[in-house]
Amino acid sequence: MQKTAFATGAFCLGFDWFQAQGKAGAMVSTAVEAGRFNAFLEISSLGKVILYSPNPEIGQGIKTAFPVVVAEELDVDWKDVEVRQANLDTQNFERQLTGGSGALKHSWDRLRKAGATARLMFIQAAAQTWKVDASACKTAGGVVLGPAGLKATYGSLAALAATLPVPAEPTYKNRKDYKIIGKRTKGVDNANVVTGKPVFGLDIQKPGMVIAQIIRPPFGATLKSFDAADAIKMPGIIDVLSFKNKVAIVGESTWQVMQARAAVSCKYDGQNLESESTHKKWFDEGMATDKAQVQRKDGDFQTAIAKAAKVVEATYECPFISHSPMEPMNFFADVRADGSVLLAGPTQVPQSAQKAVATLLKVDEKKVEVELSKMGGGFGRRLNNDYALEAAELSSLIKKPVKVMWTREDDMTGGIYRPAVRYHFKAGLDASGNMTAFYLRGVGLNAGNATRQDNFPVGAIENVLVESVNQVSSVTTGPWRAPITNFLGFAEQAFLDEVAEAGGKDPIQMRLDWLARAKNNPVGKITYEPDRFIEVIKQAAEKSQWKKKPGVAQGFSVYFSHLSYVAQVADAQMVNGKPKITHVTAVTDCGEVVNLSGAENQIKGAIIDGMGHAMFAKLRFNEGVAAPANFNSYRLIRGNEIPTIDAHFVDNGIAPTGLGEPALPPTGGSVANAIYAASKKRLYRQPFDI
Amino acid sequence: MSIQLTINKKKVSLDIDPNTPLLWTLRDHMSLKGTKYGCGIAQCGACTVWVNGEAMRSCVLPLSAVANADITTIEGLSEKGDHPVQVAWDQLDVPQCGYCQAGQIMTAASLLKKKPNPTSTEIVDGMSGNICRCGTYHRIQEAVKLASDIASKKKTSTTKKPA
Repeated sequence: MQKTAFATGAFCLGFDWFQAQGKAGAMVSTAVEAGRFNAFLEISSLGKVILYSPNPEIGQGIKTAFPVVVAEELDVDWKDVEVRQANLDTQNFERQLTGGSGALKHSWDRLRKAGATARLMFIQAAAQTWKVDASACKTAGGVVLGPAGLKATYGSLAALAATLPVPAEPTYKNRKDYKIIGKRTKGVDNANVVTGKPVFGLDIQKPGMVIAQIIRPPFGATLKSFDAADAIKMPGIIDVLSFKNKVAIVGESTWQVMQARAAVSCKYDGQNLESESTHKKWFDEGMATDKAQVQRKDGDFQTAIAKAAKVVEATYECPFISHSPMEPMNFFADVRADGSVLLAGPTQVPQSAQKAVATLLKVDEKKVEVELSKMGGGFGRRLNNDYALEAAELSSLIKKPVKVMWTREDDMTGGIYRPAVRYHFKAGLDASGNMTAFYLRGVGLNAGNATRQDNFPVGAIENVLVESVNQVSSVTTGPWRAPITNFLGFAEQAFLDEVAEAGGKDPIQMRLDWLARAKNNPVGKITYEPDRFIEVIKQAAEKSQWKKKPGVAQGFSVYFSHLSYVAQVADAQMVNGKPKITHVTAVTDCGEVVNLSGAENQIKGAIIDGMGHAMFAKLRFNEGVAAPANFNSYRLIRGNEIPTIDAHFVDNGIAPTGLGEPALPPTGGSVANAIYAASKKRLYRQPFDI
Repeated sequence: MSIQLTINKKKVSLDIDPNTPLLWTLRDHMSLKGTKYGCGIAQCGACTVWVNGEAMRSCVLPLSAVANADITTIEGLSEKGDHPVQVAWDQLDVPQCGYCQAGQIMTAASLLKKKPNPTSTEIVDGMSGNICRCGTYHRIQEAVKLASDIASKKKTSTTKKPA
């Protein structure tokens, strides 16, 4: 820990994020940069508590959840807390990124320790002042309470506390005493959002800033030439230039740039540009090849399947899809004459942006500053810094501060997609209907390993073979909310539903039987905890009244991802001859729920996200160009197309695990299985064709 | 040639390309960033503003079409951020990423002006034109209902006769 004192009498505590957990660093900083604190918890002599939230906020609610943890252990009233977004600060924070649903898991102990340590220092300051034993003091709501009615606010103790040595091992609250954790806390940015404050990347306005849009080539094509003769003469246009196969139109205002851009024509060179037929060929080849990469092998699948009493097999396929956050890609960069760089905007990985820009421009990382704006969604798209690099490169070429904005069409056709994947599943059942052999081959286009080979029910099945094939495409891909599992979850859970039906088993009981096996006598390595799986399944069955709702068809799924467990039951009914999902019950084990309001938002949001994309989303390719390009044809789910959702959380006090993504993978499965239960129609492709 | 209009009760005179959509007029020329760009083709609703009290999509409205009109943006919906819709939105903790919310709020506030006591169906249908990519729809719909309750309580209390 690092603490710093100020002449104003404020107490500041730095989190030392680089220390190994459980160890306090004894760094005391004596120099303080004027006006800029290096500390992340400040309590002024007036008792104002300022907490800095380091991770980029993308809608997952981390800007609120992190300070909640600190405030709880610090033992202050939430209403006295002001939260500020920290910018990139590699000296004082690590893992300032948003992705993988990992923030709370990574920082839970550090945050609690920071709050508890500060609280202990206030107790010690009071004890010293009153000349009593620290053990005779308690705290409540930002006040230290001593023996015989002695009382002092943290604010009044701030100056003294700042001089004390940082204690190594504070004590922590018992979770039954939590006042904020586990309760509903409103988002700290709500007031800004509902009054339209300019907090997003696209809202950034800096002195001397110009606007640019960029025309990008079809996938796999190179820029041969461009004609900007008309465009360059149009009002407000500063320059039209090319770099790295792209053409940038730079101007004073957005509309002027949009107008000029429409007057630019580009010619491209390209061989083997991809179309739908190309991708189909690659899938077919990938399924036929004998050069698949084996990802998991238990027992002897080939022998087992040959002996099976019954074989179930199915193939599933999904297209490339875009992330389409409501705020399209955009970024601000100012590469100055002195070699310093200011980057500002929506990024899930500010440090990676800093490094990449430093490398590109051949400057020291220390000269690259990154301001974090709020992000209007991301879903994984903003884990890729392509757009930040573009802005930096353009700024260095035109020698001006520039905001590059992507139109919706640029964003939707510009790549870094969820990869297209085809899965082939095969199961062998014995005479009693038990699955004894399980096979999966995943063929992905730029998907890497398209399987998650250690996922349940692997670990409960005697004979397993999981293989993957990756085909290289010029279509760029990247992580999309719950990477790989966002579609694999559907395919697997829909397939297991067929396995249950073929074996005459209840899909829930089938999972429970497998989990008993995985718990008591696992087959090979398991990466999940069977008891946590069992608990969410049992609660989902109970809360959904599984098979107890007359006239309601139900579908089940359960998935483990990002260290959390989510079981779902979807209800469906036939309406005008079509199956309609009316309700989803979800039970989540993500350990300790820090902010119940934010957590519900994540579960419901992920389910709606999963459902909408499963039902509607698809990009098609023609000669390297993706289509469609906007929401008139690329359909996103709307508010009149959603089921009701009940989100439940298991109360087990385990340290928090992921929440932004885990409810998405099981969604396609519970929905598809409910649709089958209602309509007797199985779904094998996304988007669903209902 | 300049175009006159009123934005959030302030008269302005703008000497820019009259084809400039109202959205970019607001964002680039008035520094009013609350109205958002989501699609540019009136499909998502993030750009919703009021034109003479009617909710409209500013991304497809050229400035020339709103000459002399009365524009209200999210920044002008209330002076203190305390319009019943804004209050309900915070109370129910509606926003996730927040980007679509200004448009949602302007649509909701307009809906409630026309239908102060909407049914659930009227709320769902009335709001279905606004996309929320984060999927915060349930709370949006609940917040419209709550806003309607808040507004009617306010109305009752202001029309109460003094004791």
